[in-house]
Amino acid sequence: MNVAPATPTWPMYRTLVGIGMLCGLMIAVTFQGTRPVIERNRAEALERAVFAVLPAAIARATFALTAEGQFVPDTNATGQRVHAGFDADGQLVGVAIEAAGMGYADTITVLYGYSPLQEAIVGIRVLTSKETPGLGDKIETDEAFLENFVALDVRLDASGTSLQHRIETVKQGKKTEPWQIDGITGATISSVAIGDILAKSAERWVPTINEHLDRLSAGGQDDGT
Amino acid sequence: MTARNRQPVMATDEFIKGLWRENPVFVQVLGMCPVLAVSNTALNALAMGLATTFVMLMSNLLVSTLRNFIPKQVRIATYILIIATFVTIVDYAIEAISLDLHKSLGAFISLIVVNCLILGRAEAFASKNRVGHAVLDALGMGIGFTLALLCLGGVREVLGDGALFGVALFPDAFEPWIVMILPSGGFFTLAGWLLVINFIKQRKEANAAGAQEITG
Repeated sequence: MNVAPATPTWPMYRTLVGIGMLCGLMIAVTFQGTRPVIERNRAEALERAVFAVLPAAIARATFALTAEGQFVPDTNATGQRVHAGFDADGQLVGVAIEAAGMGYADTITVLYGYSPLQEAIVGIRVLTSKETPGLGDKIETDEAFLENFVALDVRLDASGTSLQHRIETVKQGKKTEPWQIDGITGATISSVAIGDILAKSAERWVPTINEHLDRLSAGGQDDGT
Repeated sequence: MTARNRQPVMATDEFIKGLWRENPVFVQVLGMCPVLAVSNTALNALAMGLATTFVMLMSNLLVSTLRNFIPKQVRIATYILIIATFVTIVDYAIEAISLDLHKSLGAFISLIVVNCLILGRAEAFASKNRVGHAVLDALGMGIGFTLALLCLGGVREVLGDGALFGVALFPDAFEPWIVMILPSGGFFTLAGWLLVINFIKQRKEANAAGAQEITG
């Protein structure tokens, strides 16, 4: 007399493979259905951020910095991207640059706008941050703090390869120079982190952007508005 | 006729039990990870509650439908597979609905997979009951879970941020209790609610016992 095996192999295969395939199909359908919407949302979020940090811009073009140190219009080029903003006449009003650095809780990512004409940072938007709610996240909401980035001086020195003054965060209410950031009491680490992120990024990008201003300005004519 | 009449009463009971008598948060104390972590604002609480309800509803539905085909040796693996699928679907859906919401819920959407409440309902209920009852059970438990999360999220947002669903409730002079939106605030609020609910339950029991003594 045959005794049924304690572990029925075939039903187990049938169940796991069958349900696995069903689940895979459901995920694939959902992924396909939601992908265009998610990509559109991301592009819109980036667009909003670019126009928020470059208040004078009404059109934008994305460039990638290649390994050879050239800006190319972003098709699918590898390399870090920057977003040039243009006004109604197609004139370059500024460049939005992404920068990241360590905050109090985790990496903070910001997008900031650099205006070559004003030689200043003209806007900032925190893209990702896990700073303490109510304290560290004031870097996103504190109006007095954000006021620092309406015109934060990042002019180049005579050689054109380095900033004349390094951006620095000072204690709240102690700002005396246009390249200083008024910190936030109670969010010292987060506000100093923003200063450091901007200082490092501006030191790298401002000279490069000034060197390639013609290339970036031409982007406006290419794309129109 | 009596059997037919009794059926709907029992079915409603499957739905109602999750709301109060067997509430997943306040009575069973299950799924504490999202309860404590994502209840810092009412909107986050609502979104997490609805996402969990959807996953529980769909997994209960599928588990109950397939309950006679799933060998018991691989049942847990199968349930996890089914739950993980619906969590992935919810993850995509939330990202498509709102990037900001997706950002604020963060990793906790994916972590719905390991919410013991969902696996618990699949194993303890859906795998042993018909589809209709399993769906009602999931809806009741899901709504109970959502309401409990809202109870926590509402209190924490009002005290910690002076707002409810992002609408400011107090004049600017109100100093928010920041501790309430920090992780420790989750524990305080949960403890407060457990205290209130257990107080009400005990009083009800004492009253019922008192009434029995009088009638007896």
